[in-house]
Amino acid sequence: MSEAVNAAVNEPIRVAVMEQLPKANVTARSPLAHSTRVVPGTIQETAGVYLWEEALRTHLAIRGNAGSADFSRGVEAATGLALPDRLQCSQSGDWSLSWIAPDEWLLIGPGKEAYAMELSLRAQLDGHYAVINLSGGQTLLRLAGPKARLVLMKSCPYDMHDRNFPVGKVVTTVLAKSQATVHRIGDEEWALVVRRSFADYVWRWLMDAGKEYDLGPRRPE
Amino acid sequence: MTQRNRLDTGGRIDRGTPLGFKFNGQHYQGFAGDTLASALLANGVDVIGRSFKYSRPRGIVAASAEEPNAVFQLGATEATQVPNVRATQQELFDGLVSQPTSGWPGLKIDFMGVVGSLLGRMLPPGFYYKTFMFPQAAWDTYEKYIRKAAGLGRSPRKPDVDTYDHLNHHTDVLIVGAGPTGLSAALSAARAGARVILADEQAEMGGSLLDCTDKLDDKPAAEWVRGTLQELAGYDNVLLLPRATVNGYHDHNFLTIHERRTDHCADHAPTNLSRQRLHRVRARWVVLATGAHERPLVYGHNDLPGCMLASAVSTYINRYAVVPGRKLVLMTTNDNAYRTAFDWQDAGREVVAIVDTRAYATGAWQAEAERRGLKILKGMAVIEARGRQRVTGAVVAGLTSDGNRVTGDRQILNCDTLASSGGWSPVVHLSCHTGSRPVWDDDAIGFLPGKTVQQQLVAGAVNGRYSLSDCLTDGASIGAEAATKAGFPAKPATVPFVRTRPEIGAMALFCVPHPKPNSRAPKQFVDFQTDVTAAAIELATREGFESIEHIKRYTAMGFGTDQGKLGNINGMAVAAKSLNQTIPETGTTIFRPNYTPVTFGAIAGRHCNDLFDPIRYSAMHEWHVRNGARFEDVGQWKRPWYFPKADETMQQALNRECLATRESVGILDASTLGKIDIQGKDAREFLGRIYTNAWAKLPVGKCRYGLMCKEDGMVFDDGVTSCMGENHFVMTTTTGGAAGVLEWLELYHQTEWPELDVYMNTVTDHWATMTLAGPNARKLLAELTDDIDLDRDRFRFMDWRQGTVAGVPARVFRISFTGELSYEINVQANYGLHVWETLFDHGAKYKLTPYGTETMHILRAEKGFIIAGQDTDGSVHPYDLGMSWAVKEDKPFSFIGKRGMKREDCVRANRKQLVGIKTKDPSVVLPEGAQAVDNPDHPLPVPMLGHITSSYYSACLGRSIALGVIKGGHNRMGDTVHYPLADGRIVEAEICNTIFLDPEGERQNV
Amino acid sequence: MFYLFCPYCGEHREEEEFHPRGQAHLSRPEDPDGCTDEEWGDFIYFRTNPRGLHHEIWVHAVGCRKFFNVTRDTQSYEILETYRMGSAPRITDLNDKQQSREVQA
Ligand SMILES: [Zn+2]
Repeated sequence: MSEAVNAAVNEPIRVAVMEQLPKANVTARSPLAHSTRVVPGTIQETAGVYLWEEALRTHLAIRGNAGSADFSRGVEAATGLALPDRLQCSQSGDWSLSWIAPDEWLLIGPGKEAYAMELSLRAQLDGHYAVINLSGGQTLLRLAGPKARLVLMKSCPYDMHDRNFPVGKVVTTVLAKSQATVHRIGDEEWALVVRRSFADYVWRWLMDAGKEYDLGPRRPE
Repeated sequence: MTQRNRLDTGGRIDRGTPLGFKFNGQHYQGFAGDTLASALLANGVDVIGRSFKYSRPRGIVAASAEEPNAVFQLGATEATQVPNVRATQQELFDGLVSQPTSGWPGLKIDFMGVVGSLLGRMLPPGFYYKTFMFPQAAWDTYEKYIRKAAGLGRSPRKPDVDTYDHLNHHTDVLIVGAGPTGLSAALSAARAGARVILADEQAEMGGSLLDCTDKLDDKPAAEWVRGTLQELAGYDNVLLLPRATVNGYHDHNFLTIHERRTDHCADHAPTNLSRQRLHRVRARWVVLATGAHERPLVYGHNDLPGCMLASAVSTYINRYAVVPGRKLVLMTTNDNAYRTAFDWQDAGREVVAIVDTRAYATGAWQAEAERRGLKILKGMAVIEARGRQRVTGAVVAGLTSDGNRVTGDRQILNCDTLASSGGWSPVVHLSCHTGSRPVWDDDAIGFLPGKTVQQQLVAGAVNGRYSLSDCLTDGASIGAEAATKAGFPAKPATVPFVRTRPEIGAMALFCVPHPKPNSRAPKQFVDFQTDVTAAAIELATREGFESIEHIKRYTAMGFGTDQGKLGNINGMAVAAKSLNQTIPETGTTIFRPNYTPVTFGAIAGRHCNDLFDPIRYSAMHEWHVRNGARFEDVGQWKRPWYFPKADETMQQALNRECLATRESVGILDASTLGKIDIQGKDAREFLGRIYTNAWAKLPVGKCRYGLMCKEDGMVFDDGVTSCMGENHFVMTTTTGGAAGVLEWLELYHQTEWPELDVYMNTVTDHWATMTLAGPNARKLLAELTDDIDLDRDRFRFMDWRQGTVAGVPARVFRISFTGELSYEINVQANYGLHVWETLFDHGAKYKLTPYGTETMHILRAEKGFIIAGQDTDGSVHPYDLGMSWAVKEDKPFSFIGKRGMKREDCVRANRKQLVGIKTKDPSVVLPEGAQAVDNPDHPLPVPMLGHITSSYYSACLGRSIALGVIKGGHNRMGDTVHYPLADGRIVEAEICNTIFLDPEGERQNV
Repeated sequence: MFYLFCPYCGEHREEEEFHPRGQAHLSRPEDPDGCTDEEWGDFIYFRTNPRGLHHEIWVHAVGCRKFFNVTRDTQSYEILETYRMGSAPRITDLNDKQQSREVQA
């Protein structure tokens, strides 16, 4: 990698981009690696809600001007996903692109592809934009089951009702005393993006809030 | 114990399910469906407490939230104690244990009772102000006894075994109260498809319909209730919340509802179920259908057990099949209360007389009473109750038609129950919570909700429409209006026909006059819970209190846990009369949240114990725990504070950590420092505007320290920012300042300089950061990287490089907060633990030593490096800190803080300036915050020079060191100052340079 | 607990998601160095504290992170409008409030 070092120093590069994943066989530890170890078979048969971590995914923040056709074309060319409207999410296969702010989107995809995707975005985009790798800084939680919405109502002040929060909507809101980007991906399925350092707190909170519904710390079969 | 007051038939109780319970140490039995109050009455328990000031025996007066006397302490164990529970709202369960909270130490033999007659005289209105507020010290002693005697209850001494939670809702229409009004409102709104929440404080919805003998569509009212609830339960847009008191109405239609989920089941909640829940509701429209509380009449000895609200007597008979006595005298100002006499008679007990204060009372209700053979005494009133532990008789006399004077002869009626009705007081509490003052209505003889800015509608009795058929119709149309306004066009639900008798006008009477002036008449109680009498209110007005708010505070009227639900209007009427005003002229006090007491558990919800506040962890946290770290809270982060070995004291551990770092190599988890990624072609310009120093020429691959000021020129954060690319910087901030700094940057970008092309995102959590510091740092790092050239001249101080550390791609910054040769290794946080552990795998031979925040503080203080927020406090600018090198005054843009630090006050010579402080005795460590003086013998007040901001024992220097501010300190090097301490010692110290170690900065450049 | 309409998210959100940032429509003087001490002091320290109509800056801190303006009645706590940075309030007099309740972006 010494070429890269020297490149960073000697050539007039604009933005430092790096492959952040090790080539060597190094164990990654997700933010919830310590709490999500579940003994098989301990799952509650009666669970009304399930909680699990989709660990070690690619998380890229994309910043840019939504009004610029070049920008949205570039994002679509790189990701295969249309720039979603306000509070919406575009999804295709393993990738999802969520609206975060008028000039910010969150791209989530397979864990190993952050670097390649960032390069591809940068290759397609021009002008004023930014791509920020957040893969180590946040994680994806999944909440599912008939009682999942009640667990969210215990946790978030946002209106989780079907009429206000249909499938496909994405909202960044308060979760307990932290925050989460909440995406409704199905009738009874939700994805929550939380910051790494808060993940343990959020996990413990959701586990506690779900006790009433026999929350099972695992994905449903 | 027999339930001697229980009827054999009727009521909504289940005689097949007997429930045992304890009150005041005695065992009793009631039935499922009872409240604690109805069960006590069924058992003939008359005295349930003693009054606060006069220690008089008190009984149950009401049947719901307005009850002032039957306020109990519940709980079978210490951990399940709940104070301030109204027996009228507590459902009975098997094994319930309750204690009176008033009447300490016992109901029968009573300490306060002995002192009562004495103390009673000593407790005139204004008693607190006059007697106890001064001296303060005495108050502490009195308070204990007053609280005990005052029925305030006590908190549990053991941790609550139950859990509590919150549930957030949004709704189109929130209907408060599920009586006839609320139910028909709910029907209208629900049928239109609006999201509806219907909340009611009782276990069963239906309100007055549950004890009503009127027929709806010629069928029992309860049948209509059942049908309506069935329909409502069938809508998935409707949420029915029984046992749920809407206790607060806040801004923008935000309401809190206190639901008692399991309080009716057992002493504590089943596992995994919260005992109580606070619903936090944001409603588009609110319909208040809170009804009205019956107003008792005020007369002599009206607090004797057996004196009750007329409607409460009916409720006990019809709903609970309890007749709380044998012989009833009913006093009323209105037709409505005649029902109570009929109910009593229908229960097979004797109605001694109906005392109607209206001479003109001749109508359908009177005709019915006569048909039933009941005696009506018209134009008369009960002026006084007789009895000691319970009513034994009522003294009745004639009343002038204006109700102001007693006329004619007195007669005594033998009775054991004296029910009274002075009409109705609309329950305007929630409307008051929104800041709206209620308005007097002569027809309703009560205060109605006033104008509000909230999206609020009122319906039924709370709006002065007391009759059942008015409530039903009003509810239906207001419910429809609310739904329509919320966007769901609705038609009023058709309401059932109510067959009833026409009523004639009620009389506005509050306090029944007595032949003696009130001051010498038998005590006429206005507020039972705080023992405020009519005479006390009159005294307050004589002492010059004219504003009702002042009278309230002077007499303590309405200050109890019942907020004066029964007494306030009567009190205002007494005050008005005494002031020769009308009630609207006198005005009313308003109510604040909460409507009835809410447990702390419900308020806290899940936010307690381990979930009280977020605890943030770095990626290496597990290692720190495994290695015995003691932790320090820094903001919400848990940071290792120090790593003691076996039996080390904290100071021993710090000494070892400091020396190991200076002598070989130490490692710090620095992941918590704020990190902000800044991209865009104007990033450099932006930095130049928000930092005080220069950024125009910082090359890619270099790092620079920067100070950030507010517009007043005062330092508020600092950190190292690195140039990653021409359009790319990564800024670090203090741990605690991270979120605030990012918001500050965005504020300036979005409001002042939107033309600058920059995007800023937090990457604090993305990178795990570990700082290797010490002379062996390079050697250790070299073992773990083969692609970063660590040569001292090619990877220099304040450079950063990209490469691989322990097999993981990393950014390594050669920056130093310790003054040592130092590398800050950043890897994606998922690999942080791996790299950290690998460093330790290789570090043993260099005695790699983990250190925490305390050692970090000492090491940086030895070098005179500041910590923003510790050595600065918002009143210190860069020049005060002696950091003029970090201010670039000739930047083209007038950076934030530049103008501020040039203000006249900021260029004074004797500003407090940061200096080093060395105690003359090197073993003395000054406390942070100690104040410096020049001459400790100076007569008071001694001029203060400034305080110690940082102070430590430095093992490396073998002495204490400190940083502090001193007026004009930069020109006082070598001067002696004194620090008088709280323990009497005066510490002599010398002002010196802030850099105690390696002033040339050679160690970090090796 | 306010309920604020974020003009960028296009929705009402709970107050917990926002931070207030003080009086709106104050701009940093073009030439700070040319300001007298008094002018600079006015800029950094002096704020109105009206009973009634007030224009304020809020930020959707837990949300889109955008700053925006709020016209609020400080007496009744009514939010009369919210509007984006760089635009002017429609309501500058409490008498306007009937015509234009809660202007939404
Ligand atoms: Zn927003």
